Amino acid sequence: MTERPRLAVVGAGPAGLAAALTAAARGVRVLLVDAADQAGGQFYRQPAAGLGARRPHAPHHRWRTWERLRTGLERHRAAGRITHLTDHHVWCVAGESGSGGFTVYALRGPGQEEGVTVRADAVLLATGGYERVLPFPGWTLPGVVTAGGAQAMLKGQLVLPGRTAVVAGTGPLLLPVATGLAAAGAQVAALVESAGPAALSRRLPALAAQPGTLAEGAGYAARLLRHGVRVLPRHTVLAAHGTERLEAVTVAALDRTGRPRPGTARRVRCDTLAVGHGLLPHTDLAETLGCALSGTAVRVDAEQRTDVPGVWAAGEATGVGGATLALAEGRIAGQSAAARLYGTAPDPRRWAAADRTRARARAFAAALDSVYAPPAGWAERLPDETVVCRCEEVTAGRVCEAVGTLGAGDARTVKLLTRAGMGWCQGRMCGPAVAGLTGCPLDPGRRPFARPVPLGVLAGLPDTE
Amino acid sequence: MNPLEPTRARPGPAHTATFDGRPLRALPGQTVAAALWAAGVTAWRGTRGTGAPRGVFCGIGVCFDCLVTVNDRPGQRACLVPVRPGDVIRTQRGTGRDDD
Amino acid sequence: MAGAACALYAARAGLEVRVVDRGAVAGGTTGAGEGNLLVSDKEPGPELRLALLSARLWAGLAQELGAAVEYEPKGGLVVASAPGALAALRDLAARQRSAGVTAVPVAADRLPDLEPYLAPGMAGGVHYPQDAQVMPALAAAHLLRASGARLHPGHTVTGVLRGADGMVYGVRTDRGDIHAPAVVNAAGVRGGELAALAGIRLPVLPRRGFVLVTEPLPRRVRHKVYAADYVADVASDSAGLRASPVVEGTAAGPVLIGATRERVGFDRSLSLRAVRALAAGAVGLFPFLRQVRALRTYAGFRPYLPDHLPAIGPDPRVPGLFHACGHEGAGIGLAPATGLLIARALTGKAPELDLTPFRPERFDTQGGNDGESP
Repeated sequence: MTERPRLAVVGAGPAGLAAALTAAARGVRVLLVDAADQAGGQFYRQPAAGLGARRPHAPHHRWRTWERLRTGLERHRAAGRITHLTDHHVWCVAGESGSGGFTVYALRGPGQEEGVTVRADAVLLATGGYERVLPFPGWTLPGVVTAGGAQAMLKGQLVLPGRTAVVAGTGPLLLPVATGLAAAGAQVAALVESAGPAALSRRLPALAAQPGTLAEGAGYAARLLRHGVRVLPRHTVLAAHGTERLEAVTVAALDRTGRPRPGTARRVRCDTLAVGHGLLPHTDLAETLGCALSGTAVRVDAEQRTDVPGVWAAGEATGVGGATLALAEGRIAGQSAAARLYGTAPDPRRWAAADRTRARARAFAAALDSVYAPPAGWAERLPDETVVCRCEEVTAGRVCEAVGTLGAGDARTVKLLTRAGMGWCQGRMCGPAVAGLTGCPLDPGRRPFARPVPLGVLAGLPDTE
Repeated sequence: MNPLEPTRARPGPAHTATFDGRPLRALPGQTVAAALWAAGVTAWRGTRGTGAPRGVFCGIGVCFDCLVTVNDRPGQRACLVPVRPGDVIRTQRGTGRDDD
Repeated sequence: MAGAACALYAARAGLEVRVVDRGAVAGGTTGAGEGNLLVSDKEPGPELRLALLSARLWAGLAQELGAAVEYEPKGGLVVASAPGALAALRDLAARQRSAGVTAVPVAADRLPDLEPYLAPGMAGGVHYPQDAQVMPALAAAHLLRASGARLHPGHTVTGVLRGADGMVYGVRTDRGDIHAPAVVNAAGVRGGELAALAGIRLPVLPRRGFVLVTEPLPRRVRHKVYAADYVADVASDSAGLRASPVVEGTAAGPVLIGATRERVGFDRSLSLRAVRALAAGAVGLFPFLRQVRALRTYAGFRPYLPDHLPAIGPDPRVPGLFHACGHEGAGIGLAPATGLLIARALTGKAPELDLTPFRPERFDTQGGNDGESP
């Protein structure tokens, strides 16, 4: 090969950055394609440049890791080893028949109206994840935001949606969101976590294997205490109230089986509810490429290869596990891709440390996953009139009707019969709820367009394939 | 306290756009959603079915709840699109194309 | 959809019906269809007769089922961009009129009255008021419910049960046998596989189609609008990609853009080439669509038989087996007539129209030639 091989890395979060830096260091020409205007992904999301943040690390932890990634990216960019394509929203990656290469199709600019294509010899998908939120009455009110959304708006834009916030749901994300909101000046009225402290302690051995992260959790807990945030473990938000916007939430305690305890419901006044029930991987690009999935995540081997030759995946896309896991997977994927692009078998000894981190972090993620579960029976408790599909305004009652009287037994049939999941977000938001109401496991679904594409862009695609 | 303080942000001079005809102040680099939040506005869309108010939900461009009309182009995600000086931002009702 | 219609009309003829499907309700081609109820795209002949009967039946079903199936008698508008194509279109329309179709020529300067957002510069068109639309999955589900038939979703038929006399007495499924004196093969694109289980040949093959779905829009496209080349594509035997766009609004808001035709087996993977052709065609008809975003695309598999006609009626090779499949891209439209004809056949009554062109055994008489083009 006379020219250096080209690797397209989709996503500039921890996994994508680690992979890009690793592959670039091994002589690969990297095209780092990312939707944001600055690298970092959701985890290391930076304040918008125009805001002139002089202490951008204030809302972050593990800042030194980020600084290493950022300076590495700068160095490789300056040397021409990495091309960082910011504000490129990838809607499809397709294999080219014959050449064995790939074309990455993106929309440029925040309005996502201009089509761009990028060619590469191999692709590494580091597409990250998005938040799972299970519905409850009132969850469509303005002022109810995802926990990650509240954090993204705070980290990237330095804004808050209101003055008094409740942080609720389940999962390790709630702690940093609550401390972040409090540190930025919001009054955090309560942190409502459906997991109980007992569940957490049962998993302590597995959790203790990741001491850094546990210490991080302890740090958050201390900060919550300092901000006077009331932590309500084994509680849940039953409903959000308001007319034009959120005014209060009803919070109730859960019994040992995860069901609300009668007589414990009480109202908490707030104008912001940051709610989340864990993350889901972005698998659309991989699925369209033909990569096998495992559950809701992209399936990869020990080298982070998918089952499609020339396609690697790393980070949350291969299973949600946090930044430490994403960094390790990114390094391994970068090593493997670089070696294989030069036609050699990679030497796993090169990533022995990352491999150990990956194993530990996956065990830790599995332990967390079993601790942080949504309250049992949430689907049966959902009142019929609650909107489930936010885009098409399909209620729980209509989903149940499709299942009960029209014979739908899976999410796809429910979609066909109710339009739940047919709207703008293509079922990303309502998928978990529809699956729960239908009584079937969440299917990641098929989305050949990973984001909406103007017909003019489609019409102008080169006539090849 | 204000959320700019922890990062000791010193933004450049603010510029002005309009939201539903009223002036909207935006800091450089701020998205439509952020400028509206900073101005105390949390809803800028009425749904197609019931006209229910909506604003930011996911905050990262996935949920499409924050769709807004900017300079007569409907269906823009307020959480992604930065405010430019003089932008005419309007509440999006229904498909955002119903009145033309 | 064909199975649902058979269930409905058979039940109304007094039969007890069970519906067996390897997947879910509307899980096959029905769920991927646009719900075209078209007379406009058919040459005079047996299929058009079927379509005209179906159009009448659909109008009646729509009155019964109300808005639940999103029936819209919106009419079709076929446009020609060049004088040559217009002449051919007008000629087809004249022949269709003599076969009972309402086909009204529209002069170029009247096209904006029917479709205000249509691209300027078209040579002219023909308006077909009998063309209509339903939401296919809802239609299938509601017809099934109205039939009162017992559903067995998720049951894969693994055999056709036949007695010593050769008579069919039911089907074997992966979850048990179901006995019945008559079995209707409404397996759509899998109709050939089911026929094979009964030891006979019915060469149903998949013809892939992609559909593009846009963001929700106000009603800017009022009819089913398509270019005059579409009819030629439907009748084409080519295995390669044919893509003349059919553009239409829906009750729910999105504009649907169909439909490519390719013979590539059951390959569901995205074809950007097909999608590009659809988008280019649609933008050519409606320039405002250029800025409109496609939210998704999906593929479906039309069940086609070599002569582009369905198989409807009893199979003389297997007494007790009836066929109702192979409708290609017109299955939603042709379903009620198919169901009615099957019900007549099941109850020994005279059919509404001549079933000879739809005989399921017709491919055996051609010396094995399926009419496949190379």
